[in-house]
Amino acid sequence: MSQPQTPAVSSPEDPDLPGRVWFFRGARAAISIPALILTAAFVGYAGLARESGLSLTETLLLTGLVWALPSIVVLTGAISSGMGIVPAAIAVALASVRLMPMTMALIPLVKVEGKTRRWQLLYISHFIAVTAWVHAMRNLPDLPREGRLPFFAGFGTALTSFVFCMTGVAYLVVERMPPMVAGALVLLTPVYFICSLWSAARLAADKAALLIGLVLGPFFYLLTPGLDLLWTGLVGGTLAYLITRYMRRGLL
Amino acid sequence: MTDAWWWPYVMIIVAGWIATDMWRWLGVLAGGGLREDSELLIWVRSVATALVAGVIAKLILFPSGVLAETPMWLRIFAAACGFSAFLAARQKVIIGVLTGEAVLIVGWLLLGGV
Repeated sequence: MSQPQTPAVSSPEDPDLPGRVWFFRGARAAISIPALILTAAFVGYAGLARESGLSLTETLLLTGLVWALPSIVVLTGAISSGMGIVPAAIAVALASVRLMPMTMALIPLVKVEGKTRRWQLLYISHFIAVTAWVHAMRNLPDLPREGRLPFFAGFGTALTSFVFCMTGVAYLVVERMPPMVAGALVLLTPVYFICSLWSAARLAADKAALLIGLVLGPFFYLLTPGLDLLWTGLVGGTLAYLITRYMRRGLL
Repeated sequence: MTDAWWWPYVMIIVAGWIATDMWRWLGVLAGGGLREDSELLIWVRSVATALVAGVIAKLILFPSGVLAETPMWLRIFAAACGFSAFLAARQKVIIGVLTGEAVLIVGWLLLGGV
């Protein structure tokens, strides 16, 4: 606790700022390139939802309640194909397992021992999806500890509300996008994720996990479709951890 | 039953909301006891990062919609160019994203477009 922290890029009175100031700073930080990219992805999704026969209310409820694009796409397919509720829930749960280690990795960053309430953590956990997670892992360590949770709450609330509204607008307005624009929008997301995950990496283990995961992802997708992300995470993450640990301090 | 007007909402709440948020809630419960400097957290972060990297690779190699009509090598090449430009430009994310997009669109047009 008394270890000297790396000086954050902020004025000395920052730790005493009230939470709402951090909340609004977080909300303001949501006006950003990641927000634009995520909006573009959801604009693309609105078209898919309409083509799949979902109503506007269903599309918006799905967007707001699930708030993780891969799971949303899976459930959209399940609803439009008349899949049963149990297989659909299993498919969505498999697509969402990744949220658990992501949340586990973020919580120690925002938690203030003895001060943070569990409901606050449960509230912010709903905003954990790849975009907000990558942004948080990259930017939260620069903030004073007390400011991190309200900052992320503001960021997540603003980002989700904005994307939620734009999805509704897109559902109503966007007739059909030119194919090349639609295709280019799809590639935006992975390139953005690679670059920002790399700059969010604090340790060699993070970078190794990124590179190994990129290679193992397609491999497990062909080998065990459905469970592929789970295996990619467990095998790739463990390999990255062991290799970099070996490099840090020798074998064991 | 599956024809009732309320059925899609039950699907969305049970198979969507609960099936997704339960992992976030479990993550809060399991992550609460982790210390920020522990070896266990380094491993958990590696697992999460590798998982997200798997999502990224699938988006590039097996995309949905019209992007699937482009050759796979073009998508990989565009992403690689974007990442290299990002590294060369002192890790400016926007440079990487724009470069990747430019390479994709130019390549797509040269190959005859859609």
